[in-house]
Amino acid sequence: MQKANAAQQPSSNRRPGARLAWIGQGFLLLLAIMVVIILGRNLIDNPELFIQIIISGLQLGFVYALIALGYTMVYGIVKLINFAHGDVFMVGAFVSYYAVARFQLHVWPSAFFPDLDPLVTVTLGSLSVILLSMITCAALAITIERVAYKPLRDAPRIAALITAIGVSFFLEFFGALSFVFSPRFIPYQRPFDVVTWYIKDGIYLVEPGKAPPAGSITFSNILLIIAVASILVQVFLQFLVRKTKIGKAMRAVAFDKPTARLMGINVDAIITTTFAIGAAFAGLGGVLYAIAYSSIWSQLGILPGLKAFVAAVLGGIGSIPGAFIGALIMGQAESLTAGYISTPMRDAIAFTILILVLLVRPTGIFGEPEKEKA
Amino acid sequence: MRTFKIVVLLALVVMLLSACAAPTPTPAPKPTEAPKPTTAPAQPTAAPKPTDAPKPTEAPKPTVAPTKAAEPTKAPEPTKAAAPTSAPAAGGTLKIAILAPLSGPVPTFGVMTRDGALLAIEEWNAKGGVNGMKIQAVVEDSQCTPDPAVNAANKVIDQDKVKFIIGEVCSKASIPVSEIANAKKIIQISPTSTNTDVTVGKDGKAKDYIFRACFIDPFQGQVGAKFATENLKAKTAFIMLDQANDYVKGLAEEFEKAFVKSGGKVVGKENYTAKDTDFSAILAKVAAAKPDVIYLPDYYNIVNLAAKQAKEKGITAPFLGGDGWDSSDLDLKAADGGFFTNHYSPDSTAPEAVAFLKNFGAKYKDAKGNAAVPDALAALAYDATNLMLTAIKDAGSDDTTKVKPALEKISFQGVSGKITFDALHNPVKSATILQVKGGKVSFAAQVAP
Repeated sequence: MQKANAAQQPSSNRRPGARLAWIGQGFLLLLAIMVVIILGRNLIDNPELFIQIIISGLQLGFVYALIALGYTMVYGIVKLINFAHGDVFMVGAFVSYYAVARFQLHVWPSAFFPDLDPLVTVTLGSLSVILLSMITCAALAITIERVAYKPLRDAPRIAALITAIGVSFFLEFFGALSFVFSPRFIPYQRPFDVVTWYIKDGIYLVEPGKAPPAGSITFSNILLIIAVASILVQVFLQFLVRKTKIGKAMRAVAFDKPTARLMGINVDAIITTTFAIGAAFAGLGGVLYAIAYSSIWSQLGILPGLKAFVAAVLGGIGSIPGAFIGALIMGQAESLTAGYISTPMRDAIAFTILILVLLVRPTGIFGEPEKEKA
Repeated sequence: MRTFKIVVLLALVVMLLSACAAPTPTPAPKPTEAPKPTTAPAQPTAAPKPTDAPKPTEAPKPTVAPTKAAEPTKAPEPTKAAAPTSAPAAGGTLKIAILAPLSGPVPTFGVMTRDGALLAIEEWNAKGGVNGMKIQAVVEDSQCTPDPAVNAANKVIDQDKVKFIIGEVCSKASIPVSEIANAKKIIQISPTSTNTDVTVGKDGKAKDYIFRACFIDPFQGQVGAKFATENLKAKTAFIMLDQANDYVKGLAEEFEKAFVKSGGKVVGKENYTAKDTDFSAILAKVAAAKPDVIYLPDYYNIVNLAAKQAKEKGITAPFLGGDGWDSSDLDLKAADGGFFTNHYSPDSTAPEAVAFLKNFGAKYKDAKGNAAVPDALAALAYDATNLMLTAIKDAGSDDTTKVKPALEKISFQGVSGKITFDALHNPVKSATILQVKGGKVSFAAQVAP
């Protein structure tokens, strides 16, 4: 940040730079006004459609939040952008697919306790599927960290970053081998059924094969599950980082690694734990994403991963609440673009946001300007 | 911070490029533009292991290359090998070449094509041949690849003195073959190549001696629109398409034109990209527009996603699509209630189709020894061969300059529908509509254009 400030100050003294900045800011302002006007008009035109689009954006945003947490935590501690994170997310989706479709893990409670209430059975079964995915992803991340990142801990940051990209490609294309996940699109089998409700003068169930009445807003149990999971994870992480010993150690390592080591903190163990926690939540996100959008393939992780990364930068990379807020904004931006401009535009918009953030406020919404230490 | 920015942007560019350049596993999507094997709904296991299917009865020894040099074509050398018995062997032999990809990327297509064509030839021989001539098949492996296909074509034309070619299956192999065949006045009927350039030359006119037996892609859009307005009584339609995919775009555009022309209204048209997984924004608009049908002529992977998400949003309008749906990976539960156009269905109730299914099953067995179920490729090869032989019979001669006009004005009732040819040598024929219902794909209707 020091450098960015240094770059800004002389630019305000120099004429052309100042004029350029003025043009840029004016352009941004214009853009913002345009967006607000377009959205406002659409809201008035068809409020139900608008709310429907917001809801689908929320669903996307909560999933991105789960992935973005991993990016932001890892960056906060080792200053590494772990590009393999999106592919860990993909592995999470595949683990749950095999658990459900091949091994029927989701029905184990009914096999052992046939008298249980079906709701309890489904919940237990789904939870065990999710847990398995989370554990597998955590184990995968620990392996990746040990094999690919740890030997490079003292190397320049760019080396680790390139390694991360390499690991990412490895996971994608290794997964695409026909005896691994295969390069095909695979229809995902869900551990539980989707139930949809619609809101119109109250909340009613959407009967299969029957259309909800005109002007109603629909939402599904998946949205609720994703939202609850995402918020719980957020709360849990806040608790972990602020109130526990391991959280304290994490913050210490993030602040100053050598000193933390001198204080008797096992830095390597803390870093590994951070990777594992981030990956576990990516695994959770992968399962929920696959349940929501129900088709998986070996490159499933690339785009959600990149967008979650943009979300993390937007929120301020290194900041956990920032990742959450950034992800929600990304979800909305994408959904509104798809709804009111065109679907193919939404990826472009996502990355435009990244560029704008880096230009206007590289530290993101919640990011603190870097202190002298760097 | 500046290094951070640069690094981040660089990394992002790399990732994005890789994301875009990655070989999209366009899921078995018409690798050849040929109709994919119809999922035989009745016996899903009977996907006839084609390579070892037809061993027992391979009747006419395929590649009997006359080693003696430059003999005149009508050299009355009697057919050897297992020629059926009732032949009056009057006017010599008529050779028909079958160029099929028996090896290479799509061997199952080749085997089915060869089997369909050989069945037709055997049936004609059993009836006494054509114009008193016995029919002899010359089978060549053309590998769905331009070079081997050209070599095979040159061989059958120059060495075997063949004047009639059935094949190739794949457009990219059919096009170079068609150049050779047309120049040498050899009649070629491709059973399954859908690319326009197979029958149309660079001048935009039909190549004189080249025909095809399958309809081309945009035609499916027209038939889909007709089915929507007449059978489903749809007044409004919503079109979902991937602008980047020519196949999808072609079908969608033709559907729109035909649907509007027949009095329907397109209430919405939305784009997506092949990598999309979240269709909720588009589907929110679909729900708001309340169309009678949703036209989605994409491959099964997109259909799986979009149809499933639509069901969950309480959208009840049926989905309608093209032969890209035809895959064993189609999610039958998600697509339930949907319809798609295809070339042929083994469930077809037309008498020709019933007889074909029976005879094919009697002649060929699958790996388990059950009667093999012909797919669209076999049906189209069978039709192509019958078209050729009928035209030769109509012309009363095997002179290709006389057979060509006979083919152009032919009206032939084939397994895949009634076939006539338009000015560009594309068949005008009916399409089969298949319905996804109750966990299987079944025959719904035969729709003439």
